[in-house]
Parts: sequence; C-alpha cells; structure tokens
Amino acid sequence: MSYISKPRFHHPQLEKNALGYVRRDYEGTLTTLCGGCGHDSISAAIIHAVHAMSLAPHRIAKVSGIGCSSKIPSYFLSKSHGFNSVHGRMPSVATGANLANRELLYLGISGDGDTASIGLGQFCHIVRRRINMLYIVANNGAYGLTKGQLSATADLGSRTKFGEESQFDNIDLVSLAIDLGASFVARSFSGDKDQLVPLIQAGLSHRGFAMIDVVSPCVTFNNTPHSTHGYKNAWENSVMLSEIDFVPMREEITASYDAGKDHEITLHDGSVIHLHKTSEGYDPSKRESALRHLNACKSEGRIATGLLYINQLQSDFHELSDSVDKPFNSLNEHDLCPGAEVLEDINETFM
Amino acid sequence: MQPTDISNPDYFHKVVDCQWACPAHTPVPEYIRLIAARRYTDAYMINWESNVFPGILGRTCDRPCEPACRRGRVEEQPVAICRLKRVAADYKSDIAARLPKVPKRKNGRRIALVGAGPASLTVARDLLPLGYEIVVFDRDGAAGGAMRTQIPRFRLPAKVLEEELHYILDMGVECRFGSAVSSMRALLAEDFDAVFVGTGAPLGKTLQLPGHEAAATNVHTGIEWLASVAFEHIDSIGEKVIVLGGGNTAMDCCRSSKRLGGKDVKVVVRSGFDEMKASPWEIEDAINEDIPIVNFCVPKRYLIENGKLTGMEFEKVRREYDSDGRRLLVPTGEEPLILPCDDVLCAIGQENSFPWIERDLGIEFDRWQLPVLDKTSFQSTHEKVFFGGDAALGPDNIITAVAHGHAAALSIHLFCQGRNVNDRPADLSTLSSEKMGIHQWSYDNDISHDQRYAVPHAAKEQTLNDINVEVELGFDEALAHAETLRCLNCDVQTVFAAPSCIECDACVDICPTDCITFTANGEEAELRERLLAPAGNLEQDLYVSNPLGTGRIMAKNEDLCLHCGLCAERCPTAAWDMQKFLFNPAKAVNA
Repeated sequence: MSYISKPRFHHPQLEKNALGYVRRDYEGTLTTLCGGCGHDSISAAIIHAVHAMSLAPHRIAKVSGIGCSSKIPSYFLSKSHGFNSVHGRMPSVATGANLANRELLYLGISGDGDTASIGLGQFCHIVRRRINMLYIVANNGAYGLTKGQLSATADLGSRTKFGEESQFDNIDLVSLAIDLGASFVARSFSGDKDQLVPLIQAGLSHRGFAMIDVVSPCVTFNNTPHSTHGYKNAWENSVMLSEIDFVPMREEITASYDAGKDHEITLHDGSVIHLHKTSEGYDPSKRESALRHLNACKSEGRIATGLLYINQLQSDFHELSDSVDKPFNSLNEHDLCPGAEVLEDINETFM
Repeated sequence: MQPTDISNPDYFHKVVDCQWACPAHTPVPEYIRLIAARRYTDAYMINWESNVFPGILGRTCDRPCEPACRRGRVEEQPVAICRLKRVAADYKSDIAARLPKVPKRKNGRRIALVGAGPASLTVARDLLPLGYEIVVFDRDGAAGGAMRTQIPRFRLPAKVLEEELHYILDMGVECRFGSAVSSMRALLAEDFDAVFVGTGAPLGKTLQLPGHEAAATNVHTGIEWLASVAFEHIDSIGEKVIVLGGGNTAMDCCRSSKRLGGKDVKVVVRSGFDEMKASPWEIEDAINEDIPIVNFCVPKRYLIENGKLTGMEFEKVRREYDSDGRRLLVPTGEEPLILPCDDVLCAIGQENSFPWIERDLGIEFDRWQLPVLDKTSFQSTHEKVFFGGDAALGPDNIITAVAHGHAAALSIHLFCQGRNVNDRPADLSTLSSEKMGIHQWSYDNDISHDQRYAVPHAAKEQTLNDINVEVELGFDEALAHAETLRCLNCDVQTVFAAPSCIECDACVDICPTDCITFTANGEEAELRERLLAPAGNLEQDLYVSNPLGTGRIMAKNEDLCLHCGLCAERCPTAAWDMQKFLFNPAKAVNA
C-alpha cells in the first residue's frame, strides 16, 4: 500500500470530454490493493470508459458486495453514488436501487467469491430479472482477502501459489449468464484495455442486464505459471471471438468495415458497436453459437474473450413490469395519490 | 526504436533538466534535498565544488536551470533553484575545515591567470590543491572581475563577495593587481608553464549620435560607470537619467542611478518589452522601483543647449516581419519622442578586447576578434595559452565562466603533465537504489503542490536610499523548506528491468502524468503518436525497453515524470526501481 497520495498534477494536454472533465476527474482515492492487482486495471478501464463517454459522475451509481473486487468502487468515480453492500447481496441492492430510480446508470462490481459462491443465488436472479445495469466480475479464481484459497471459478487443475490444485470443475459465469437470459455477455482480461474499455462502454450503453467477466489476476496468491487466472496464461491463452469497436452516440463513424465479417449493432442510446468476428462460424447474436464456441475454447484450455453474446432487442425489467417511468424521488403527491377517479378505474378492472 | 542505453550517463543526466541546463552541471536536486534536511553546509559544499561561488550565484546567477526545471512543465513556475542556493550560503556554518588542503610542497609548475574574475578564480581553485603555483593579474585593485565591477552591491553585498573570493585567494594565490598586463609576449617570456586568459568582455559601447561630442561628459558607458560606482569613484548622478538598452546591465544602471540621486530615471529600449534581454526578475525589480521602461524608441540624437546635454530625441518604431520572418523595426511616422535628461547611460552591449595580445605569437583570432579555441579544452592555437569565460566565447554569464574555468583547469593539468588535453577523464556518475523498504524510499516522494514562494524584499524607503543595502532578504528557513519540497527530485530515476515485468499495467494505471505506455515498437515519430498521452516535447527522450513477454515494449515519456515513485511502489515484481543518479563532470582533481 502506498502511503503518499497520488500527485494532483496531470498531463497539461490531457483531453477534456464534452463535459469539460479530464480523465483524472473520474478517479477515486488511491488504491489499497496489492501492487499489480488486476482489479486496479479494471478501475482504470472504467475511468477511461466513462471519461470517453462524457458521462456525468452524478448519473452513475456504483454497487458492490464484499471482497478485494468490491473495494474497488472507492478507487474510481469518487463523485458518483455508491453502495457497498453485504457479501453476495449486491444484486438485491442493485435491483432495489434500479427500481427506485431507473434513470441512473448502475455499475455493479463483484468478484468470483461474491458472485459465484456466496452470491450465486442472487446473481442468477438478477440475470433472470433483466435488471438494466452493467455487472462486472473481477475474476481471479482465488479468495485473495483470506489468503488465496481456490474459489468456485478456479478451473479444474489450476494451482495456487501454495500448490493447491483445483479438483472440481469451475462455475463458468459467462455460460451461466447466457443460459439465464442475460442480453449482453462479455469476457475480457484486465491487462488488455484495448478490449476491456470498449466492452465497458458498450455494456454501459446497453439496455438490459450486461455482464463482463474479467480475468483479473491475483498477483499475490494466484499468479503462478500453473494458474489459469494468472497473467502468463491470460496473455498466452486468450482467444478473441470478436474484436469490438465502440462509437459513442455523438461521434461520426470513420473506420471502414468488412461487411462479411463485421457486425454493426446500434444500442438503445444511439451508440454503435462494431463487432469484427475473428472466429469462424461464430455469431454473437445466437446463444447456441456463443455457448458452443465457449465450450470449444474451454476444452482446448483457452480463454474465449470479447463480446460473446448480445441481444439488444430484449425488454428489460421496467418494460416487462410496466413500472412508473420516473424515479421515485421525483414523484409528487398527485403522482402518488391520483384521486378517487383513478381508484375507481382500477376497481373497474376487478369487476 | 532501439532499447534505451541507460549505461550512457548522458541519458539520465538529461532527465535532470536543471543539472543538464547548468553550464557547470551542479547536482541541483541533491543540494535541494540537503537544504530540506537543514544540512546547509553540506548543500553549500556541493555547490562550492561545482560552481565555486554559491553565495554570489545564489543572488546573481542567470539561472539557466530554472527555465529548464520540469516543475515549470507541470505547473506555472519552476522551483526557485537560484534563491535556494543562496539559502545554503546564508545558513551554512564555518566551512574552513572542509576546504581542500593546499600542499606546502609545490609541484614546480607556475600558471599565470590574466584577469581575476570567475573563470580565472575557478582555475585557481582547481589547480592550487594540486600543488600549482598560481599568479593572478588584474587591472583593478581587487579580485572579482565583473562580479565586483558590474553587479551593484544592492544585489550582491560586499561581504558575500569578499568571503567567496577569499576562500580561493587565501589558498595561496599570488596577486598582481592594480595594473593591466600590457603584453602577452612579455608574459610568455616569464617562467610560466601555462597562461590562462580570463579577462572578460571589458569594452563597453557608447552610442555615437549627433551631439555626442558636446554631450560626452554626460554620456557614460554602462559597465564603466558601474565599475566606477563599485569602486566609489562615482557617488552621484543627475536628477534626470536615460538608460539605453534592455539587458541586465541596463537594469543595474537604472537601479543604481535611482540610488545615486536620479529622480526621473527611464529605460529606453529600441525593441519590444518581450524581446528585452534582461532576466525577467531583474526587469520586474526595476519596475517595482518605479522605473518606467519605454519600448520601440530608437535613439536619434543628443539634444544640446548652451553646450550642455539637455535631452535625447527618439524615433518611434513598430515591429514588422519580412518575408524571411526576420524582425524589423519600422518607423511609425509619429512625432519623435523628446525626453529631457541630465545624464545618459549606454548599456547597449560589450565586447572582447585583446589589444595586449600581439598577433604574431601564434594565438589566432577569428573575424570577430575572438580567440580560435578548442571548444572542449579551451586551448588556443598556442599550446600554452588557454582562454575561458567571456574572453573565450564572448559575453555570457558567471556560471558559464565557472564551467570554462573547470574545463580549462583540467586542460592545463593534463598539459602540464605532458598528456593530451583532448584525452579527458570520464565524468563521474553513480546510480544507486533509493529503496528502503516496502513503499519506503530514502527520498521524499510526496511532493508539494504549493506554488512558487516569492523572496521577501527589504522596504523600498530603505533600499533606495543606500546603494549598499541588499534588496532581497532571502528566504527564511521556513520559506526555504516549503520551497525545497516543490523540487521533483528528477535525479531519482525510474529504472526499468524488462525481464522482471509481467505486464500487469499497474504502473500505467497509477502514473499521475500518463508517462508509461506498453505498446508495439515502432519508429520514434510514429511511436510518440501512439502513447497514452501526447508526447510532443521532442527535447525530452522516450525511455524504451527491450521486448517483453507479449512482444510489446515499455515506452516511457520522460517529459512530465514527477519522479513520485508510484510506478515502482505499485510494481509487484520490482521491475521499476527508483535509483538516484549522481553526476559530476570530471575536473582537474580527477585527472
């Protein structure tokens, strides 16, 4: 842990976004994680993404559970809303917050313990309920806060620093999310910001439940040559199913694309993503195709990354439940007590 | 790009912008840290070894280090390096015991130094401890050269000047002061093993305009007038004074006039305010003493009434640029400006002058009448004769003269041993880790965000009435300490070991100024375009590593690095380390 605070001086030509903020305006306090932790790179990727999208910090709510991963909302977006909840219960808090105020952007931060072990039930239900949020799992295959025991996402045969080998098959969060109906599922690696940043931007622009599983090495306990969640394996065995290029709503599309391999998707907020498929026969709009490719990579000991599955036409929770279109805190007395006539209309429906 | 060769001392030396910019290459951050630790005497000695006159330079240096200071690139103002040097001089204790010992038994070599200014005294300082006999000649009755004659006492008190001159003179210099050397031939005929010429640029210019003959008694040459003031031959001036020129001599002339009876003192400059050669802080000090500066006025004639100077006429001009981009001063066609005056001080430049060096001795001069020299050894075309300071390359400044002195002393030492003066010893540099423990360094990496502190001044009522009262009071210890914490410790280098790097991005993510990028290698121009943040300052290098595991390289833009060490603190494999780079140019003692 560093004892000094990060100097406030920044590069004088740092780019200002449409709101007049530079990237460093989106930072939080100095990290207290181990030096080299993948989670810090996730924080940095989030900062890059929200700055580039010119998002106002007060329009974002960060929610997290417990764990090394769940500490990181302190380290970015210090001017945003935040809720650090109980272990594995972030989905409940995110659901409640989203119901109360549908206008905020929800950014859930969780880890493999928080999501795949203690919070697995909660995770399944928030995916099912199609809550409009971006759910990022900082996945290192180990319980770092309790000295590095294998977690439920550790791959069969993966070994920790202490030589402990995983004897059980892992819970694969992306397959699970696709299976349970998530409409945006991606996987990336904390060391690869070229891929992670546009995925975060796309996930934040996507309406519905978006999930990014980020291989984020635990540099202290699970970064051995025999760990499938270490830097070495992630650099050497990642296989990109699709390259993603994110073009925010305000910007003109300048790059040229290959119609045969490229797939252009317009998101609800007007942003456009271009997917360049690098795997033969792969179609990110088809669940079966995505799951088949995921399994094929896994059987070869490789990590499939990129935007794995997207369905931008699926309705989210608010649409399905026909909920009120304003945040609760802006409802006035008339909205809440619309009067006897409305009550009579409601009663009519029971007749 | 090829991987950076950090074993070449120039690479890290260049990162220490202040030291690189200093002609004498004083290790600035090293002495600033010592001041922060209140080790003033140690800080003073580092300066004394390097620039010989810390107390004098801490008040009068042209400060080439400050415009170079990295701090000026991340915020508005550089560290007040020059005035911190003065702090070391002001608060040091007795240094007598720390001065080099001069051997009683001499080495049998006698060296003549012509001129007792900063260049010659530096040669004396370097050669006396090696056993040389040193004879110094000066036309003036006291040592110091331009430091004594051209810098007024309100900027450099006599006490400070004398103290630092005497550290050298008391080492056993034989002084022959009070009469100018009139013949190099005669000097060479004496039994000297080498002659060093450090006579400065002693010839001031006056402006020969219509009316000059009649006005002559009231038209003075700036540096000669300042010298007369310094030796107290002159103690008054007319009430209305015009100073011509925009350099530091002009600023010293106008401020001295103000103290010797000048009530209406004006500086008139041909060109624009922003083109003036004077240091900004000296212009500021003149303005603070209510001295108006009139720009874009070209002197045309002296106005004479009843055989006496009454004023000057100036033509008003404006600035234009011709097709080659050259700056021209074009008459505006307005009425001429008439300024009444009793005295005129011409501070329009100074020149070298070597009438005493016979041209048939084998000492060649170029078409500007400057000696033909080897730029490294300062040896002239006569193997026994060396030049330094303004006498060598034309008018410059004290710190440059000191640097020449060190180089010439080394050459003389090599020459006297029958060695090749161009076969010079390597400069001294060391690189050592500052790591003390996990996230602990032996330097203070928690830099201050404070703005530059101003040096307190004495009250104007006091300083304008006595030419010997020093204007600047200097930093007190508390202010000095606060100012030292602004130093970014650029000599504590970020050293990268590619084989240890696991490419986790921790350094990239923490760096406050986005210096570090991991990317594919390429040609420098193209690589600079691909870095995380703009790298347009081509004077600052990129530090490029060997290829890493993924085939990428680490490219660090040195331009804005704060040397905060956070990259090394966050690095899980200690691929980054903070290592102090100490550099000292080779001197005679190292040969």
